[in-house]
Amino acid sequence: MTKPVLSNSEGAPQAVALSQRVHWIGVLDPNLRTFDIILKTANGTSYNSYVVRGSEGVAIIDTVKESFSGDFFARLESVARYDEIKVIVLNHLEPDHSGALPELMRRAPQARLYISQKAQSMLKALLKQDELEFTPVITGDAVSLGDRTLSFLHTPYLHWPDTQCTHLVEEKILFSGDVFGCHFCDTRLFNDEVGDFRFSFEYYYAHIMRPFKSYVNTALDLLDPLSPFKQILPAHGPLLRDQPQRYLQRYRELSRSALESDIGADEKTLLIFYISSYGNTRRMAEAIYEGAMSVEKVRVSLYDLEGGEITPFVDLIEGADGLLFGTPTINGDAVKPIWDLLSSLAVVNLKSKLGGVFGSYGWTGEGVKMVEDRLRGLKLRVPIPGIRIKLIPTDEEICQCREFGHELAQELLGLRTSKVIDLADLS
Amino acid sequence: MAKASITFEDINVTVTAPAGTRVIEISEKVGSGITYGCREGDCGTCIMKVTEGWNNLTEPSVLEDKILRENMAGKHNRLACQAQVLGGKISVKPV
Repeated sequence: MTKPVLSNSEGAPQAVALSQRVHWIGVLDPNLRTFDIILKTANGTSYNSYVVRGSEGVAIIDTVKESFSGDFFARLESVARYDEIKVIVLNHLEPDHSGALPELMRRAPQARLYISQKAQSMLKALLKQDELEFTPVITGDAVSLGDRTLSFLHTPYLHWPDTQCTHLVEEKILFSGDVFGCHFCDTRLFNDEVGDFRFSFEYYYAHIMRPFKSYVNTALDLLDPLSPFKQILPAHGPLLRDQPQRYLQRYRELSRSALESDIGADEKTLLIFYISSYGNTRRMAEAIYEGAMSVEKVRVSLYDLEGGEITPFVDLIEGADGLLFGTPTINGDAVKPIWDLLSSLAVVNLKSKLGGVFGSYGWTGEGVKMVEDRLRGLKLRVPIPGIRIKLIPTDEEICQCREFGHELAQELLGLRTSKVIDLADLS
Repeated sequence: MAKASITFEDINVTVTAPAGTRVIEISEKVGSGITYGCREGDCGTCIMKVTEGWNNLTEPSVLEDKILRENMAGKHNRLACQAQVLGGKISVKPV
């Protein structure tokens, strides 16, 4: 296969042919080291953009970050005139893909912009232009370029609500937006030419797509009937022309549970994490553990945060049904190891998991309430108020802890009876 | 005084409350997972899903409708800081 030539003999950026009718007109950003605060990249990234030529007009798929517009327009001009552009598609509206859009629409005023239905409110908020006209599309909608057809597939939350893929039907090419992308910069462009980007592909998935695993599976179900694709062309990183199916399969593998456990289908899992300075919160944790274990069909695990690293705990949490956190209160706050763990959970989906908090304290004991609020903010259910115990638990308080564990385990199985109260009794 | 019965599905708790009580006043007391920001209908933090008894809540105001739209809320969603219970049975949960 031929190696791409990104510039002409005079050094001006030029488009790279991907098929007779499809060209890459993206840009390279080799100096980027941090993307969107949360992502590192050791060799930069690319903002991929494409031209599709049909017998009745040209389409541009995605644009680039605004500061790279010069190379983008130069490459576009090397394969198409602005007055030929009939269609502009944005698969995703983040500024690294929509940055050059206003200028492109100024240069090609006759072109029609196609975005997903969910992108409508974002377009206005991002570009601050009321007069921009567009056509919102959903799965099944298509636009014709004569002998070429672009069909749209809504793939929400990969990784924004607006994200979609665009399928060039006649050539079986998928313009996948951020899906199957990664931050990796290499002038050789193609997956069979560039350096080893496997780590970048997996890292990108882990940070961008992992919180939305169920949406990834839904999107793969949507894409599977259209495969095998001849090429998958993402908005960042290498262009997947060699065995693109492998990347679909890898997404499917990564979207399964990180840890295949031997928990039965009728069992629920409850994880208890604690940290303890004088052993009091630990005694509470052990009593809660005993109480929860007395309920059949609940698999309970107990972990001392002092003896573990965060990353494997995050994997465990992703697959668990219920999570309990035990923290002492020191200087009016829960302790740092608990916050460190709770601030590392943005990469997993926690919605509707069961949560609960407990802890010993010396003076005031605010930590438990603070962590409860954090769990609610993370979309966990916190149905049973946490337990706070002043300093060393008494035998009676240890019994309360056992009962707390028992009740939470029953809640996990849906065995707890619902409570009916009058608002007046809560005041 | 007319009373409503509102169930917070995430914590499996039902509360009877006088008509006119805002959902926020009830949910904070029982510890439902609905979270709050501005508490005055401006930020959209407290969007909740109404699974039963939509008509047993007050109608959303123009301002609430605007905030719901801006936050891409679903058609069964309300702001817990704005909706007041009127009577009958209502069920809600965090989104």
